[in-house]
Amino acid sequence: MKRAAVLALATLWLAAPASAERLVVSLSNHRVAITSSFTGEDLVLFGTIEPDTPRGALRDNYDIVVTVSGPRQTYRTRRKERVLGIWVNVDSRQFINVPSYLAVLANRPISEITSPEIARRQQLGLDNFILTQRVGADFADTVREDPFRVAFISLSALKDLYGEDHKAVTFLTPTVFRAAIPLPSETPTGTYAIDVKLFSGGQLITRANSALEINKAGFEQYVADAARNQGFLYGFATMLLALLTGWVASVVFRRD
Amino acid sequence: MQIYLPIADLPVNVFLLLGMGLAVGFISGMFGIGGGFLMTPLLIFIGVQPAVAVASVASHIAASSFSGAISYWRKNAVDVVLAGMLLVGGFIGTASGVWLFTALRRMDQLDLMIGLSYVTLLGIVGGLMVYEGARAIMREYRGVPGMPRAPGSHTWVHGLPLKMRFKRSKIYVSTIPVLGIGIIIGFLGSIMGIGGGFILVPMLIYFLRVPTATVIGTSMVLTLVTMASATVMHAATNHLVDALLAFILMIGGVIGAQFGARTGQKMRAERLRLLLGLLVLAVGLRFAYSLVVQPEDLYSIRVVEGGI
Repeated sequence: MKRAAVLALATLWLAAPASAERLVVSLSNHRVAITSSFTGEDLVLFGTIEPDTPRGALRDNYDIVVTVSGPRQTYRTRRKERVLGIWVNVDSRQFINVPSYLAVLANRPISEITSPEIARRQQLGLDNFILTQRVGADFADTVREDPFRVAFISLSALKDLYGEDHKAVTFLTPTVFRAAIPLPSETPTGTYAIDVKLFSGGQLITRANSALEINKAGFEQYVADAARNQGFLYGFATMLLALLTGWVASVVFRRD
Repeated sequence: MQIYLPIADLPVNVFLLLGMGLAVGFISGMFGIGGGFLMTPLLIFIGVQPAVAVASVASHIAASSFSGAISYWRKNAVDVVLAGMLLVGGFIGTASGVWLFTALRRMDQLDLMIGLSYVTLLGIVGGLMVYEGARAIMREYRGVPGMPRAPGSHTWVHGLPLKMRFKRSKIYVSTIPVLGIGIIIGFLGSIMGIGGGFILVPMLIYFLRVPTATVIGTSMVLTLVTMASATVMHAATNHLVDALLAFILMIGGVIGAQFGARTGQKMRAERLRLLLGLLVLAVGLRFAYSLVVQPEDLYSIRVVEGGI
């Protein structure tokens, strides 16, 4: 009887954290328009940690990991080697349907937030995010030290498209936080998924999702769409534009 | 002032682009060439993908050659029949060039191919021009009169069959080399993003003996049509033509060309040729350097469309 009570108490204590808190997140802007003057922008995500029940208890140590992933794309990473004195693309790997943008934002290093085991299972951080490669006929992620994987991440990081920042999430109060999502100038357009995970004491407590839409707007949108969908007409229009410019120049600068 | 280029997908400074257009336009007006061989490398240098640069420069050249062609047309310095025959070859060349461009891009060898073509072509043409130019100046320096070619001199080209008379240029040559030259120019133009004026003019003079009265005007018409069709074909097959980028370059280009033309008229032909040769050679060497020297990053990424 007594043992059963202890067991019941223990299970209650163990089970309680799993649903004791709720995450509420909100984005400063759900739609970002890329216009001709777009040179990058910072979005802000606000969130609060609330007790699930009105009188639920809150802990005092929370960690937040935000993963923002952009529209999926297939990429090929190529490696140059010297062949007959010149540098030639020799080897390549295909990364199938991987995010074109990937930002991992946290309030402290992921290694301090949770164990490597959980970090891997929850795909926390660039090292743990699954980037599927085509290996022969198979599709699989490789080891994190794989040179093509490392190169793919570092080249994307160079354009600020991939990044990990463990200072980007700041707690305004112990339960209210903000995260800065950096959108670089070369931000790809499309739908972005935002995944917010709440940790405490190394354990995942709850998570929340949000989304973000990035579109080319106005003239940019028009040109990009036309080029993709109406290739021939677009080319024809560009050609006419060229002829018009040439003709105007010959009229303006006519000397005879 | 930064502006976001919709197809190249990167922000650039408008004034930088305008300045590049002006500078290249100035040079092209001075030497009577399209200037693609300078513009394409410059764009690659500021970070535009080689494929987008090649495809967009085509329309820029179309604009500058159109304004040139109009003024030569007014002076009645265009051989329409010759231009038409060259164009038949030009179309075949452009279409096969665009096809090869697409295929090479799929095999990840496009950038290498662009680099290699630049080294080979600019190296040879630039070298020849410098050699010829230097020799002409040396001759002049020593006081030896130049050796003007006799107007009736014949080469092996004149022995080919299927001859045709081009009245405006007063030549009677086989259509085979005419078509061949058209094919070569169209092909190179669509792969390298050059109009080819700087190779076309010497070819027309040396192989076909086209007189100076019609050679530049005719070459401009050919450049115009091949580049205009390359624009349409690149846009339709590879979706890589950045109209905004091209438009900014065009504006700078046509203005620069006017000032360049004025400067060019004040210079002596031999000096001009030597200078152009040095310029061509320098661009070729720059490409050779980037092929031979170990790149900063051995890895590069390319977006794969449709899983290819």
